[in-house]
Amino acid sequence: MEQLTGAELTIRLLEEYGIETIAGIPGGANLPLYDALSRSSRIRHVLARHEQGAGFIAQGMARSSGKPAVCFATSGPGATNIVTALADANLDSIPVICITGQVPLSMIGTDAFQEVDVYGLTIPITKHNFLVRSAQDLLRIIPEAFHIATTGRPGPVLIDIPKDVQLDIVDIEELPIPASAVVSVVHSQDDLTLAAAMINNAKRPVFYVGGGIVHSDAGAVARFFAEKNSLPTTMTLMGLGVIPPEHDLFMGMLGMHAARSTNMMLDECDLLIAAGVRFDDRATGKIGEFCPEARIIHIDIDPCEICKLKEAHVGLVGDIRDTLDRLLPLVESRARSSWNQHIQLLRARHPFFCSENFDFSSPYGIIMRIAEIVGEDAIVATDVGKHQMWTAQVYPFNRTRRFLTSGGLGTMGFGLPTAIGAALENPDKTVVCITGDGSIMMNIQELATAVEHDVNVKVIVLNNQSLGLVRQQQKLFYNEHIFASEYEHQVDLATIAKGFGMKSFDARDTLVLDELLTVALQTPGPSLINIPISIDEEVYPIVPPGAANSVMIGGNYECA
Amino acid sequence: MSAHNNQPIAVLELLVRNHPGVMSHVCGLFSRRAYNVEGIVCLPVATGETSKIYLQVREEERLDQIMKQIQKLSDVEGVVRYTGDHPVFTGLATYFTC
Repeated sequence: MEQLTGAELTIRLLEEYGIETIAGIPGGANLPLYDALSRSSRIRHVLARHEQGAGFIAQGMARSSGKPAVCFATSGPGATNIVTALADANLDSIPVICITGQVPLSMIGTDAFQEVDVYGLTIPITKHNFLVRSAQDLLRIIPEAFHIATTGRPGPVLIDIPKDVQLDIVDIEELPIPASAVVSVVHSQDDLTLAAAMINNAKRPVFYVGGGIVHSDAGAVARFFAEKNSLPTTMTLMGLGVIPPEHDLFMGMLGMHAARSTNMMLDECDLLIAAGVRFDDRATGKIGEFCPEARIIHIDIDPCEICKLKEAHVGLVGDIRDTLDRLLPLVESRARSSWNQHIQLLRARHPFFCSENFDFSSPYGIIMRIAEIVGEDAIVATDVGKHQMWTAQVYPFNRTRRFLTSGGLGTMGFGLPTAIGAALENPDKTVVCITGDGSIMMNIQELATAVEHDVNVKVIVLNNQSLGLVRQQQKLFYNEHIFASEYEHQVDLATIAKGFGMKSFDARDTLVLDELLTVALQTPGPSLINIPISIDEEVYPIVPPGAANSVMIGGNYECA
Repeated sequence: MSAHNNQPIAVLELLVRNHPGVMSHVCGLFSRRAYNVEGIVCLPVATGETSKIYLQVREEERLDQIMKQIQKLSDVEGVVRYTGDHPVFTGLATYFTC
């Protein structure tokens, strides 16, 4: 028998679950947890400069590893600051466990100092949440939180622990043993046979894969599946990396900023095999006109996704890797030469850029050059905006968990702390954070965290002095009425980074961008590189919000 | 008990873990997915470890989707769907006359 406080028990359980790093910020209501954490020899703490930073650092660890990650915040403002990171994790199905301090149980509901109903606040933006009412309950709640965060469709879980519960003493007989998650697939053989027959009989099939492939570690089997039946494969923003760009079956991203040829191909396809995707509006455009001629097979672990937005002719609910493993022997080896030749032609006719226009000073050129310098082992995090879409369009990702980006919520400020989390989790790798001058300002305080931990993060700011995508939409859809989307005051980001103690480089001072990039990216430790780009560099193609994917502005890019 | 229009009514019976937040979880799901709840009855079952929540809702095409979403809630142990004439609401009708 052992006696522990609620706080000590919490830390012990986190250790049992293999947690090695916690990002967070202490405050009045979580000080018992921090006191217990200070005595842990197995968990290191990373002090963020804003709770949202802590939430995204945890996301960076979880997204790059696939394992659950933990963040801490205090009650009230600490908790309200971290909710954006939880909402972001919820929409992209990321297993983050957030533990917040709360005012003592007896004071809940009295408008106490730094009291906020974080349980109520986080109901709609977590997979599940808990308000812990006794220290004894932690023995049940923490294992349950890990189970919920990591099984089925993953997602964030919040545990709100009142200060007196953290201090209460519990008698412990033995700690619960972490159970491994068991997922069983119960497809009927009929459904599998039907799906396989539809694939074998299709004339113009397309494989449409998303983040679910990443979460179920199905990247390799998905590639093999596509290759066996010669299925041209398009990826959502969250699925990039499943098929590398040099692959014959690679069709890049679909939707609002797709490869042009991909949206055209989807208009013609007669069978859509959707795996780990949720038919998000940025991917499908106007849903009624998405794949108008196609029958649909939908594979997902979340039964709610089947037929949520688009009727599936066959729905296979289950782990994607398992499901593809079972489908694989039923699917014929096919070459599909005429369909694939047709698609190759579309691809050749509608490139992202023409080789005669390729230039290391254009955003595409800069991004491709970064990829060349850092190599295929690097992890890339982005923020949200033009730089994110350019990266998604052309960066040569060739495996999953290398591209960390805020897909569902589209959170500016995501990039830097997520990159820090990825670097903490992968100390042997270079982590590049491609960001913009709008996004970097939304969590710039974490430059201090990066320097403090000497993480190998390279922050590359594609600086266009504006909220670029907003400005582009105003130009295109609001009669060129540009309002509140240009920064009139210019800040010196390289100098700011220096102030944080970070090495920095400014492409304003050089004519040899290539050399600057090479030096900056190969210098060990954290650094920031500011690269001015033209405010008029736009993201093309663009499907107007609400329009069908066939309506692509900039869709008819013609090379000489 | 009749609804405001002629759309048929369904009654859902949820068996849930009984704690102070469970009603928020259930009601929040309906409100954020813009699905109206016409009536609610909730009482603890037996020792109070669980509760039953009866919800009176309109039959809409989206009800299947909402039921799947309810089943995903961690605090919900089971959902049963009945037709609108379930006695839990018809029996209460006398309390709801003008």
